[in-house]
Amino acid sequence: MSGVRAGLRRAGVALVALLVALVLWEVVKAVVPDTGVHLGTASLLPRTDDRAMPHVWDVLARLGEAESGARDAPTVLAATLSAAVFTLGIALVGWALGVVGGLLLAVLMQRWRVAEHAVLPWVVLSQTVPLVALAPLVVGWGGRLELGPLQWERWMSVALIASYLAFFPVAVGALRGLQSPTAAQVELFRAQAAGWGRTLVSLRLPAAVPHLLPALRLGAATAVVGAIVAEVSTGTRGGIGRLVVSYAQAASGDPAKPWAALLGAAVLGLVAAGVVGLLGLVLRRYRTAEVS
Amino acid sequence: MRSIPVPTGSRSGSTTSAVAPAAGAPRPGPAAAVRAVGVHKRFRTRAGVVTALQDVHLEVAAGEFVSLIGPSGCGKSTLLRLVADLEEPTSGELSVFGKAPRVAREAQDYGIAFQQAGLLPWRSVRGNVELPLELHGVGRRERAGRARELLALVGLSDFADHTPAQLSGGMQQRVAIARALAERPSLLLMDEPFGALDEMTRERMQTELVRICAESGAAVVFVTHSIPEAVFLSDRVVVMSPRPGRISAVVPIRLPGTGERTEGLREDAAFFAAVTAVREALHGGAAGTPAVAAPETAAGAPRGVDLR
Repeated sequence: MSGVRAGLRRAGVALVALLVALVLWEVVKAVVPDTGVHLGTASLLPRTDDRAMPHVWDVLARLGEAESGARDAPTVLAATLSAAVFTLGIALVGWALGVVGGLLLAVLMQRWRVAEHAVLPWVVLSQTVPLVALAPLVVGWGGRLELGPLQWERWMSVALIASYLAFFPVAVGALRGLQSPTAAQVELFRAQAAGWGRTLVSLRLPAAVPHLLPALRLGAATAVVGAIVAEVSTGTRGGIGRLVVSYAQAASGDPAKPWAALLGAAVLGLVAAGVVGLLGLVLRRYRTAEVS
Repeated sequence: MRSIPVPTGSRSGSTTSAVAPAAGAPRPGPAAAVRAVGVHKRFRTRAGVVTALQDVHLEVAAGEFVSLIGPSGCGKSTLLRLVADLEEPTSGELSVFGKAPRVAREAQDYGIAFQQAGLLPWRSVRGNVELPLELHGVGRRERAGRARELLALVGLSDFADHTPAQLSGGMQQRVAIARALAERPSLLLMDEPFGALDEMTRERMQTELVRICAESGAAVVFVTHSIPEAVFLSDRVVVMSPRPGRISAVVPIRLPGTGERTEGLREDAAFFAAVTAVREALHGGAAGTPAVAAPETAAGAPRGVDLR
């Protein structure tokens, strides 16, 4: 199958790129002096001693060692993985919320021109609000919510904040996609007495798929970033955000440890984007280029 | 069972044929497929108000093939879009089979094809032809049967499962025509459907269209830039002129009935005579051309901007 072969080739290229990055890391470490490069008082290149830039193999080795001196401490790898799974779950919930919200907004903006003019600037503006400022507010509101038997939990706030980042690319991408059918196609539906709803389902949504897929992937990556930042700023335990902070405190004595956590966060983003990439396989019929 | 191919024209039984001053309605009979009385269309643009159509009178009989021809900006596409209820006239009366265009559109009395085939790239050829039927809730089995008939009619039976991207421009346009015929409309509206095709494909498509129209019995309003195309296809050619857009002449074409038009006709003396007649009407040399009746409208009306 050419599709399988193309997929393998892409994975191979990605792997080679990763190896090149690792080799570069070691080259910089070997070539640049430990104290870095300075011009007067300005630092041109950072320090490259083992504390600032641990060897790749040291980081990898650290993954296999125990997290702390405690007797039943898990390995760094195990701790990172379980934290990553925790965060991934929250990020996916946030992503799903963001996708639903983004799609609804896009449909609203497509339906009413006025809504587009009224809402779109706010959508853009929403992304300039720093998450760190927003997080305590959301936690505060959540804490005061009464949902009957359902208790508002900390992770829900985190998911909500993640969705706040994820909805943006979805709203913008979906709007562009919904507006992508040509005038001839839209008029054809009108000539066939198809109402707005039918036109949405049979024309606009299928036509939006090529615009929507990259937006969904981007949304997944931003949901992960949002979840991690929200974990840190709300003080949520168990996720990779917390892990990054607590490992960073060990940086001076155990320089490889924070890098391990960063590695976990990076892999997390890749996995999230990859999961969404699978959606592209399901929807491949709609990924055709436009024909006249 | 769905609609019937040829309208039986029950509603406005007796058509008062006096309303069309230009060349009159050629045949008496059931309600006219299209009837325009004193239609005006003005667009508001940034440059001011543009008169796209001025005092248009036209009657197209059921089963008749009428071409609209004229230079850019003469309003021929606008007239077609008014009939299709894609635009509304500023003033005047317009009816399709005796109904308001909006009612006719909702009742699917017409099929339409544009210069751009406008096929949905994610649907197969069959899926595209079935689209109108699907939109109107026709059952799966009936859709499949109708699609098979239509694809046979336009000679694309072997391509039912291809995607539009795999077809040539001419084939895509044939799919669009099959789609326009899906609901067995008694009126076909075509806006330069062959405009984007090369000359050879174009002539072949014209011959096919003549055959398809003869088989379906539908009236056709056909917008074109090409004189030979208009002459080859039509029973009457409506010549329009720009600024403001209006009908300047109507040329009846006296060629064998659309059923018997074949390639040989293109070299016939009668064909050339008709081409000449239309050309002269187009260039304003109305004198001497057969049966040209220009509905005199206010000359020297305000200048507009080319619309398309």
